[in-house]
Amino acid sequence: MVTLISRSPDETLALGRRWAETARPGWVIGLCGDLGSGKTQLVKGLAQGLGCPARVHSPSFALVHEYAGGRLPLAHLDLYRLSGAAALRSAGLEDYLLAPAGVVVVEWFDRWLQAQMPLGTGPLRRVHLEVLSDTERRISYVDLGA
Amino acid sequence: MVRDGRVLAAVVASQGTLHAEYGGVVPELATREHLRNWLPLARCVLAQAGVLPGELAAVAATRGPGLPNALMVGLRAAQAIAFALERPFFGIHHHEAHLYSPWIGGEPLRAQFEQFEPNVSLIVSGGHTLLVHVAAEGQHRLLGGTVDDAAGECFDKTAKLIGLPYPGGPLLDQLAVGGDPAAFPFPRPLLNEPNDDFSFSGLKTAVRYFLRDHPEVGRDPARRRDLCASVQAAIVDVLVTKTLRAARRLGVRCVTASGGVTCNRALRGRLAAECAEAGLRLRLAEPRLCTDNAAMVAVLAERLLRRGCAPTPLDAEMLPSWELT
Repeated sequence: MVTLISRSPDETLALGRRWAETARPGWVIGLCGDLGSGKTQLVKGLAQGLGCPARVHSPSFALVHEYAGGRLPLAHLDLYRLSGAAALRSAGLEDYLLAPAGVVVVEWFDRWLQAQMPLGTGPLRRVHLEVLSDTERRISYVDLGA
Repeated sequence: MVRDGRVLAAVVASQGTLHAEYGGVVPELATREHLRNWLPLARCVLAQAGVLPGELAAVAATRGPGLPNALMVGLRAAQAIAFALERPFFGIHHHEAHLYSPWIGGEPLRAQFEQFEPNVSLIVSGGHTLLVHVAAEGQHRLLGGTVDDAAGECFDKTAKLIGLPYPGGPLLDQLAVGGDPAAFPFPRPLLNEPNDDFSFSGLKTAVRYFLRDHPEVGRDPARRRDLCASVQAAIVDVLVTKTLRAARRLGVRCVTASGGVTCNRALRGRLAAECAEAGLRLRLAEPRLCTDNAAMVAVLAERLLRRGCAPTPLDAEMLPSWELT
């Protein structure tokens, strides 16, 4: 388990950019943390680091945004509106996690785990973001899988 | 189903009898259900309109943007129908359909393009916040959009922080009635920036800290109404101010709005008041056409057909990330 402190949205963005440097195809990143803890900000950094030219915005409503044009394609999933196994299953998102084409980052990943939805065997980074103060966030992660 | 601009039939899968079958799953999220639903829906529309498949002149479907699984079913089904009937197919941009939805109205419902005039159009929903200059029919340019959360998402997520069940946006609208919109000063992100972009993520965070510092506000009914009214005012203020600023800058005499958040009463009221004051004409999509619907897709496809626009190839792929330009 690695634990970091981010002191601003810019630092969270920079962390995402650094993670992108070591990204390889099939990498799944699961993000857990409250509203406003910086999940989307981290994804913005990832997209920048991968060189995706499109503007990253929240996929809470659309469920998935796919960003092409970078070193690797980035799929940005958001399970905010999908609570419970029935809702998750009917949304049909399994392929993103079982056979990720590039980098797949999932907001509200805890919902996927709680519903015991299937996971692939590739590299998985589970990330927790915690609000410490108005600007500070504790970001901890653990790497699992191949 | 549209003929000569008239909406002959319009059915939504989340409505009526189909709704009960879902047992708690939000139908629009249940993309797996699309495959099961599209044929009964298509039959239902044909029956309601009293039209036989062979009488269709063209077939249309949304090509993007959207959730790949959902787009795939609709696109391939429509392409297959067009192939079988040997009719042209039109793959429609979802946001472009929204741009013209404010020009559908009346009873019976029909496209009123004879009333069209150049406008600045606000598309505002759970997933999108876009400002578009529509210089002429079929000729538009994206001015700006959200850099993080959509306005509708901000409504729903701040409502959640206030303790309202999902989707909280419409509830927040109700609770705001009678509240003081000036009670708590929330930030107006990007209001004074010289661009047409929006940002709502910071407002969500501001509400979060406000509730941490003033937990009693969430528990007191009167002050909670003030809080809802204040949050709503912050969102609406930015949307309306930036829309009207763009309209003045571009010299158009008309503003239009569509998308689910256009059902919000504060937004409708504020747009009406400010447009009246600025001498701008306002066209709001009817509530039933604000949210996603096939009528606006059919209306746009018929216009493309009549204007002699090239149909979309029958093997054209969906475009989940298709951006309005």
